[in-house]
Amino acid sequence: MRHVHTARLLNKKTAPYIFLTPVLILFFSFMLFPIIQSFIYSFQIFQQGSFRFVGLANYRDLLNDQLFRLTMFNTFLLLFVQVPIQLTLALIIANLMNSRRLRLRGFFRVSYFLPALTALVAYAIVFQVILNENHGVMNFVVRSLGFEPAPWLSSRNWARASLMGAITWRWTGYNMVIMLAGLQSIPNDLYESASIDGASSLRQFKSITIPMLKPIILFCAVLSTVGTLQLFDESFILTRGGPNNATRTITHYLYQQGFQRARFGYASAISYVMVAFIAILSYIQFKIAGEKE
Amino acid sequence: MKAVEVRKAIGTVSLHAVLGLGALVSLFPFYWMFISATKTTSQIFATPPSLLPSVHFIRNFTALVDRIAFLRVIWNSFFIAVVFCVVTVFLCSLAGYTFAKFKFKGDKIIFSMILLTLMVPYQATLIPLFRFMVWLGWLNTYQAVILPTAANVFGIFLMRQNMLGVPDSLLEAARIDGAGEFSIFARIVMPTMVPAISALTIYMFMFQWNNFMWPLIILSRDMRTIPVALSGMVADGQVINYGAVLTGTTLSTFPIIVLFLFMQRQFISGILSGAVKG
Repeated sequence: MRHVHTARLLNKKTAPYIFLTPVLILFFSFMLFPIIQSFIYSFQIFQQGSFRFVGLANYRDLLNDQLFRLTMFNTFLLLFVQVPIQLTLALIIANLMNSRRLRLRGFFRVSYFLPALTALVAYAIVFQVILNENHGVMNFVVRSLGFEPAPWLSSRNWARASLMGAITWRWTGYNMVIMLAGLQSIPNDLYESASIDGASSLRQFKSITIPMLKPIILFCAVLSTVGTLQLFDESFILTRGGPNNATRTITHYLYQQGFQRARFGYASAISYVMVAFIAILSYIQFKIAGEKE
Repeated sequence: MKAVEVRKAIGTVSLHAVLGLGALVSLFPFYWMFISATKTTSQIFATPPSLLPSVHFIRNFTALVDRIAFLRVIWNSFFIAVVFCVVTVFLCSLAGYTFAKFKFKGDKIIFSMILLTLMVPYQATLIPLFRFMVWLGWLNTYQAVILPTAANVFGIFLMRQNMLGVPDSLLEAARIDGAGEFSIFARIVMPTMVPAISALTIYMFMFQWNNFMWPLIILSRDMRTIPVALSGMVADGQVINYGAVLTGTTLSTFPIIVLFLFMQRQFISGILSGAVKG
């Protein structure tokens, strides 16, 4: 017996619209609308409970804001020093992990990946304890080895180095797991025929591994770049932006301006400077990856 | 043994030594955190430091409960993360399915508009979002944390990629049998998506469980999640009870580690799902 066709409200024609409605409501109100709104805010200042247009004044002030420049410098220092270290380290470990002679691979994978599971807040607190200048376990080890203890969190450059070390600890394994999956998908006969041709393992690494892995490395680079530009938790907890703002990141500064001082327009301008940098850097990275081909 | 074999043996040993050293560096902070949860603050900072656990876990736990209403705080984190997972996985699946399997007016434009926002850092939404929450009267509520990221762009993209593989003939056959559109989605498509759904669920759970900046802005007092409450315990201008704080970080990290040990495959594929497109 055939179904009696009553006109269903939800049919093949209406379904896509009905299915998308909840997502689109959320998307428009909590993503698209705020993105546009903060662009408008960035040309305004918030005073006595209302917004007033000031043109490019916020952006002009940013150019002259010493503290903003310093937070930009701090963030880009992380980007150009910590990200390359982390990606290189991840690549090396992934290659070692891919060795056929390795035993206990499962144990190693879990060990390296575990840091990526911890809440940023949790590990920042743990590192704060370990790196305590007078009583921390790190300086105990340093002293036991016969070196001068270091002011890990209280001098400008040591604090920066500590921040980099902590971030490297947290994210290397994460990138390593992604790269390892990439390595495992490279067909083995490529290496075998290279070995028969007498190519050394370093040569194989350069002319097989790196080119085959390029999309994955690019993916990790973009991910780390975006992540670094948005860095907040570590700066907020581990070093509290100090000493003397030496480790304050752009996002930490945005948080201070926006939520501690209610300078909504200024904070929005900061966020749009970030948008611009993320767009430019992603473009450059894709360009570099594309040209080498 | 021949020279080649000796070289090989040395290589194998040093391979394990190097990776072992790295593993030690990776694991030590965890170990330190776990044993510190059983120590008093002065034991944590004792010289020489002891690598053995002490006996003050209960005392630390009690202090934690007193100081930040720990049980309430962990419930907040748990409730927010679980409800968020259910809502976002359902919505992302539904949207992913729609983008993958329906042709409709504006489908390409809407999808590319959604994808484009992936390029915009979340910081660019913070100020208007905060004012919007004030306007809605949602400050210090669960929904203020759950809803803004529920229509998750990454999740929609991930589910769409997976749903592309569902054969159209299967859907048409179900339609001929008279199945309604929603039950085709819920009863026929979703059961084939279990691997993708579990990867996405774990990814989202981790994200929300560890989420910090937005909850810090929106939640206070009894509504705080674990990371927000713990960060309050180490803020400036107070005597910090490190034993209690590290008990808190231990207890908040522990569920994730257990979950990971049981569901390693799904964790890893959740992370890789972004990369495979490369």
